[in-house]
Amino acid sequence: MAHASHGPGELTGELLAAPIWSDDLVEAAGIPVSDAPFVTVGGGIGSFVLVDYLRIAGVPTGQIRVLSNLDHPWETYEYLTRVSQIPRPERIRSDSASRPDNIWGFPSYAVSEAWQSRTLRPLIQVFGEPIFSDYWTPRAGAVFAGLERESRRINYPDMLVKGVVRLVRRRQGGGYFTILTPPEGSTATRRMAYRSRFVHLAVGYPGLRFLPDLRAFRETYQDFSHVVNAYEPHEHVYEFLKTRPGTVVVRGGGIVASRVLQRLMDDRERYGLGTEIVQIFRTFVTGAHGPHPWARRKGGDGWAYQGFNYPKSVWGGQLKARMRRLDGEARAQSYAEMGGTNTPWRRRWQQQMRAGRRGGWYHPVQGVVTRVEPRADGMLVSQLTGDTGDREIAAHYIIDCTGLEADITEHRVLADLLAHGGAGRNPLGRLEVERHFEIKGTASGNGALYASGATTLGGYFPGVDTFLGLQIAAQEIADDLARRSWCRRIGPVRSTAQWVRWMRGRGVEDEG
Amino acid sequence: MVPILFGRIQTRIVLLAVVGSAVTALLVPVLPLAGPLAERYRGAFLVLAAVGVLGIGWEGLYHLLMQFRWEKDWPTLFGLLTVVPEAALLWVLLDRDVVPGLAGRPPLAAYLLHVGLVWLAVWLVANGPMRVPLLRWRFRGGRLI
Ligand SMILES: Cc1cc2nc3c(=O)[nH]c(=O)nc-3n(C[C@H](O)[C@H](O)[C@H](O)COP(=O)(O)OP(=O)(O)OC[C@H]3O[C@@H](n4cnc5c(N)ncnc54)[C@H](O)[C@@H]3O)c2cc1C
Repeated sequence: MAHASHGPGELTGELLAAPIWSDDLVEAAGIPVSDAPFVTVGGGIGSFVLVDYLRIAGVPTGQIRVLSNLDHPWETYEYLTRVSQIPRPERIRSDSASRPDNIWGFPSYAVSEAWQSRTLRPLIQVFGEPIFSDYWTPRAGAVFAGLERESRRINYPDMLVKGVVRLVRRRQGGGYFTILTPPEGSTATRRMAYRSRFVHLAVGYPGLRFLPDLRAFRETYQDFSHVVNAYEPHEHVYEFLKTRPGTVVVRGGGIVASRVLQRLMDDRERYGLGTEIVQIFRTFVTGAHGPHPWARRKGGDGWAYQGFNYPKSVWGGQLKARMRRLDGEARAQSYAEMGGTNTPWRRRWQQQMRAGRRGGWYHPVQGVVTRVEPRADGMLVSQLTGDTGDREIAAHYIIDCTGLEADITEHRVLADLLAHGGAGRNPLGRLEVERHFEIKGTASGNGALYASGATTLGGYFPGVDTFLGLQIAAQEIADDLARRSWCRRIGPVRSTAQWVRWMRGRGVEDEG
Repeated sequence: MVPILFGRIQTRIVLLAVVGSAVTALLVPVLPLAGPLAERYRGAFLVLAAVGVLGIGWEGLYHLLMQFRWEKDWPTLFGLLTVVPEAALLWVLLDRDVVPGLAGRPPLAAYLLHVGLVWLAVWLVANGPMRVPLLRWRFRGGRLI
């Protein structure tokens, strides 16, 4: 609709065509300009941890603007975890020291939980992990509560500007213009511009991706209820199964599939249901796998097992150091070896699946689905081509647990950067960033454009789409900003002093 | 912190030097040891130094063993349990009188208390408080420089 409402304060054809904007050009379009040296786009966890870092380094709130459609940084995360079966009391995937509300990771979540609930159990579990116990992981609710507290402590709301960012363009003379569409009716013009020296993009997932056969089914039959993505609300499936015995096909072999299975199996047990589950793995892992004896991942019964989405040492150990040196094909190859779909091995999940296999109501199978069609009785029939031949699987519902893997061009801001901003793709097809998370090819005068999160997967650091990865990115970016003398580098003394303030719940101290 | 080889060595040396020394300084007067205080301190610090020097070799071995782990990680528990072989080897060396500067071995109880408490303190600090002054340490495989 951009061109239809061509009043003042709208993006003009001239602006859209120019890769680099002058101040005059923006002014001529009648778009009001605000200045802030540092702008972060997204306002999710990725923006939050960077802002937290900068605030702790002493940057005043007036220097930072967060442009986001979210009221709280954890909003999208909470939504996605809730629909994919991790409500607040359930435990998430990442470990005790991955704390987006605490840049030190100390005290860890396990220490906090032990303290708050007056029990040593979390500490004992952390002590034994991952050999004698499953990895201890925090409750989703604890993560949100901590973020809420830290958000208050650093005056996050003062920096937040609500709206949807349309694009980011380089500015003549250095820095960038970020165009924001504020909520309708809240401003005089349809667009606003933020002029800044630095921009950081943490826009999360570009979108949901459906498996092709499921998309075809939805489009052909206009049925959006029987084929669902695990990242969409799909309570109706579980409700249906409480009313009568039914069959569900679960597609995928990652942690979301594990969660959905747990929900189905918990309900089966709790309400005495007759649910039948068929799980379709595209790659069916039968045992330990990997290129050599010192690189073998555990696996079995279809699954590849790994505590976190990458081997633990990508967040700070040997694999982090190694990946940092790899480019192009070699990097893509390493990603293929240690990534891929995987899930943690958890005692409870193993018990449930064993019971299901033994009871004959849980059937893990290998195959690729070529087509899904409705049958006369309303059931959905999946045509499966597998290693052991073709077969048909009939089910009442299909839950697609394969992902949030849409192409980055599905996000307008990213598509625009690829087209006009000088950005390029990495070996996995996402945004190519430097080791310090500056988007390659987008420098503008003394300014810099950074990105973190899922959009940068495939770079020198694989763990980007996790709390800890976002914190690593935040640290690299903050240190780069310090190298450019824009803020101060947090050294041991400031770090310790600020930690003491964190512990006492006191606000951060601004640097002059 | 998930270590790399240089990180292991640096972290060990620095923690023994700082935390280990502090514990040793506090502990020696109350350890069941004989002789003048200065002598007892000398002996205890030599034991501490030996843990550090031998440790460079041990860390190499741990690094090698870690290669068999898919995640290339080093669980917290391992960091604590490794005191057993390390203390045992050092004890044998002390017993054989091959540790330079030390004539004979200290009483077993004093040795166990000393090494055990130093180890525990170092392990506790490495598993949390270390991250407070050294923000980048955990993301650099334990490297300090
Ligand atoms: C189900 C699930 C479970 C997970 N569990 C874990 C876990 O246990 N541990 C872990 O470390 N990680 C986990 N992750 C990964 C987790 O998503 C990331 O760690 C984190 O939430 C990503 O933060 P982000 O800032 O990149 O994205 P988000 O938190 O999603 O924030 C980005 C936000 O930017 C906003 N935005 C996008 N485009 C625009 C625009 N043009 N204008 C304005 N705003 C915009 C959107 O609201 C978007 O939500 C999980 C992910 C999922 C989906």
